Amino acid sequence: MVSLVEHLPILIVVLSLLSAITILIAGWIHRRTAWFISLGTLLFQFISSLFILEYVLTRGSIRYRLGGWVPPWGIEYVMDPLNSYVLIILLFLALICLLYSKKNIEHELPEKVVSFYTVYQLLITGLCGIVVTGDIFNMYVFIEIASLSAYALIASRGKIALRASFTYLVLGSIGACFFLLGIGFLYAITGSLNMHDLSLLLPPFYKNRVVIAAFAFILVGLSIKMALFPLHTWLPDAHAFAPSEISAMLSGIIIEVSTYAFIRVAFSVFTPPFLGLFPILEILSWLAAIAILFGSVLAITQRNLKRMLAYSSVANMGYIVLALGLSLSATTPPWGGLNPALMHILNHALMKGCLFLAAGGFIYKAELWDIDQFYQLGKKMPYTCAAFVIAALSMIGIPPSVGFVSKLYIILASIEAKQFFFVAVLLLSSLLNLIYFWRVIETMYMKTQGEEGHEPSSYSKHEIPMGMLIPIWILSSLCILMGIFWLAKIPMPILDRVNLLFGLFQKP
Amino acid sequence: MTEPVIESLKPTWALLCPALSSVLILLSGKRPNLRETWTILASLIQFILVLSMAPWVTQGYIIESYLFRDILPQVHFGFRVDAFGLLFALTASFLWILVSLYSIGYMRALKEHAQTRYYFCFALAILGAMGVALSGNLVTLFVFYEILTISTYPLVAHEQSQEALFAGRKYLAYLLTSGVFLLAAIAWTYSLVGTTDFSPKGILNSIPPLPSTLSILFVLFILGFMKAAYIPFHSWLPTAMVAPTPVSALLHAVAVVKAGVFGIVRMVCYVYGIDLLKQLGLGTLLSSFAAITMIGASLFAIAQDNLKRRLAYSTISQLSFIIFGVGLLTPMGITGAMIHIPFHGLMKITLFLCAGSILVASGKKNISELEGIGRTMPYTMFAFLIGSFGMCGVPPVSGFLSKWLLGLGTLESGNGVFLFLLLLSSFLDVVYFFPIIYIAFFSHPLDGIKKDGQKRREAPLSMTIPLSVTALLSIIVTFPNPLANILFNLVKIAVRQLGGGG
Repeated sequence: MVSLVEHLPILIVVLSLLSAITILIAGWIHRRTAWFISLGTLLFQFISSLFILEYVLTRGSIRYRLGGWVPPWGIEYVMDPLNSYVLIILLFLALICLLYSKKNIEHELPEKVVSFYTVYQLLITGLCGIVVTGDIFNMYVFIEIASLSAYALIASRGKIALRASFTYLVLGSIGACFFLLGIGFLYAITGSLNMHDLSLLLPPFYKNRVVIAAFAFILVGLSIKMALFPLHTWLPDAHAFAPSEISAMLSGIIIEVSTYAFIRVAFSVFTPPFLGLFPILEILSWLAAIAILFGSVLAITQRNLKRMLAYSSVANMGYIVLALGLSLSATTPPWGGLNPALMHILNHALMKGCLFLAAGGFIYKAELWDIDQFYQLGKKMPYTCAAFVIAALSMIGIPPSVGFVSKLYIILASIEAKQFFFVAVLLLSSLLNLIYFWRVIETMYMKTQGEEGHEPSSYSKHEIPMGMLIPIWILSSLCILMGIFWLAKIPMPILDRVNLLFGLFQKP
Repeated sequence: MTEPVIESLKPTWALLCPALSSVLILLSGKRPNLRETWTILASLIQFILVLSMAPWVTQGYIIESYLFRDILPQVHFGFRVDAFGLLFALTASFLWILVSLYSIGYMRALKEHAQTRYYFCFALAILGAMGVALSGNLVTLFVFYEILTISTYPLVAHEQSQEALFAGRKYLAYLLTSGVFLLAAIAWTYSLVGTTDFSPKGILNSIPPLPSTLSILFVLFILGFMKAAYIPFHSWLPTAMVAPTPVSALLHAVAVVKAGVFGIVRMVCYVYGIDLLKQLGLGTLLSSFAAITMIGASLFAIAQDNLKRRLAYSTISQLSFIIFGVGLLTPMGITGAMIHIPFHGLMKITLFLCAGSILVASGKKNISELEGIGRTMPYTMFAFLIGSFGMCGVPPVSGFLSKWLLGLGTLESGNGVFLFLLLLSSFLDVVYFFPIIYIAFFSHPLDGIKKDGQKRREAPLSMTIPLSVTALLSIIVTFPNPLANILFNLVKIAVRQLGGGG
């Protein structure tokens, strides 16, 4: 007797795909149905992902064979603690952004509501697919689905967004090609595309140049997708000009899912012993350290709030990759292994999601794009601004927020790895964070008058609708609550299981 | 020797008071009277809670209250109240009551804007200060230390003028940078010894001593506690004096700067441990370093004409007395240093409150304008007199006692130069306080108004009463009575636990 939960991985993907088509058809008849169908689907997906996590934690991994074909010939979906964790974050943020988009999209893209939700649902399909699949070629397919939908969504505002989207399209396609090339090489050597199968077949070939080249191709390909310095150049424009909920998704989860793809390939297909053969992780962590500083410094120079947040995302991807780079050298339980990296994936999704949605709120109400237009915004939009401040403080790393927890854990990991330079980088970066976020906060609350007269028309209180405010506040309160949960170690068992899976913790 | 432990939720409740009141303040922003009621109520309840812990602690118990266990292995998030922590907590919570009263008078008399934000942040700042006082390990301390920094920013930049914004930026730049150093130091300590709990014996002595590592770590810690405003990292404090006076009073004479000094004492006595520091020879270094600030800040103070700035430099100098005393690493020195925390708090708050009253009643900010103010504001200026006598170490004001103990401490350490520096600094205190007294009481206004024609014009009662109370108390605590006994007992126990006899 197969439990119903074991069918959920495929249902999450297929229903999402079907719902995209349904939205298109139903929306053609009545365009207000689009949002509701999308909401229903996402709710189902989110709840399913919770069931999956519970099942995985209590009974072990789920292996679902598509069409009953036995792997390595058939495609297999595998749910283990790692991807059930990422899946929840993904669907949670998608749900929040969907709630937010109801008002915002009607306001920003009134003509394109139906197509927006169709593509949005396709994006979710792609992202879920990347996460649940246990087949490396299938992963490529889903990466393409997700990326193509993302190109379309970024371009949806037209004008300058078209150029941003095109840059992303070109770079993203190159990245996908590299990834595909890597997969091709692996297939040439082993004749298999199933991840589990590959991990069994590859060890004898670890010194083989084709395998090494394959890994390099995959690394470069995914680095473009996850905007790792110096391959981040597509990101700032794409984030800045997309509709805000898409910016939040891009920054909060799309690049993180690419990071997940990398973790999956690096740890599940290739294994820690392979990573230990070459200084791959060391190079990655140095690149990440540069990314942190570079992203933060460039963020300081930005005038456009969303561009600033985008550069901050470059820096934060640096945090995640740095933590990833330390995962083999730091092995003591709470901060060792993949813990800090996975923690920051969640934490960054919460913080950056909140910040981008709040930034979207300013645009929604008063078309405020630039930081120096924010005079007295703290009075006009008190709730949005307060949420923004909480998330910004979290980015700076003020305890007990999530940002502080990430910072603390990565620092402890670097100390254990004896990489004191990284400690300095992390600490410096939190100061740089302070500089660019404080500029915003100061303008919002403290500065009294703009020098020039480009102040928005005088209105007293001018809040965004509740439908947008509630999602922002859910995220910003989670920035604090989740920080306390991390400190209380409530979600730790999930991460411990991940590390157990890859054998990353020392046996005490 | 381990102290008996009592598990109690009282420390947590004491912290919940300002936390809850901050929320209530925010909710009742439209109704000023209700809003101020929350402040007063929270401060009273908090003080009673803190005071009710005193009997246990004076009997030598430690009060523990852990909220989250094992946030990292061997690190619990929570509170562990010992005699020294309680001393600071008592000081801060008691003065919060008086300053709350004073704030109401001050803010309403000057019709300040954004009062809800002011009271909200004030409550949060108290939360931070109390958290620092009661926390049982470095990690918890760090959490509250940062909350204190952030919550005081809106208070410093309250005026929202260019000057205030600059002060706020400078304030954050210094203090959050120092927070970064502190975090580095804490993480390093933790990686060295695997715990961050304060222990009277020190925790860094459990590993084989590595002089160079421990010295660098020591410097990191000192940089981390930049809130103590030592030279050359002091300039944020005088700049921050653009804040409303009650803020300067409580936060920059008691909560913020004392949190820095408190941290240094914690680090010296409870993280390194006295014996280890003696071995490393860092105590003398710390004292010499503090002596520079003691003398230097006094010299700066002489040059200031703005009353609050002069008081700020005086604070910088006086804070270094505490660091200086601890650096002596002798029982008397530490006793003097610890007792100086409440004493200096009482005296300095008197002075600041007087400065605020003068501003409200006469609009004067500079010392040179204060001619004859002793006649128009006799009560305020008499309190000021008491406070400044205390600063100079004139008996019977309490400042005399702490300086006496510090002096004994220098003799114990057998270092004559330190005694000389201490006396020199006290002399300089006289040099910069005496002119204020002289101008206020003995000099006549130049524009020739007859002294009989001047009317008495004191600040509102809600301002004059708190400053009279603090002035009186700073005399009362010099003599044996229940209040002074609590303070001295706490210090005695703290020093005894440190293994220094006394």
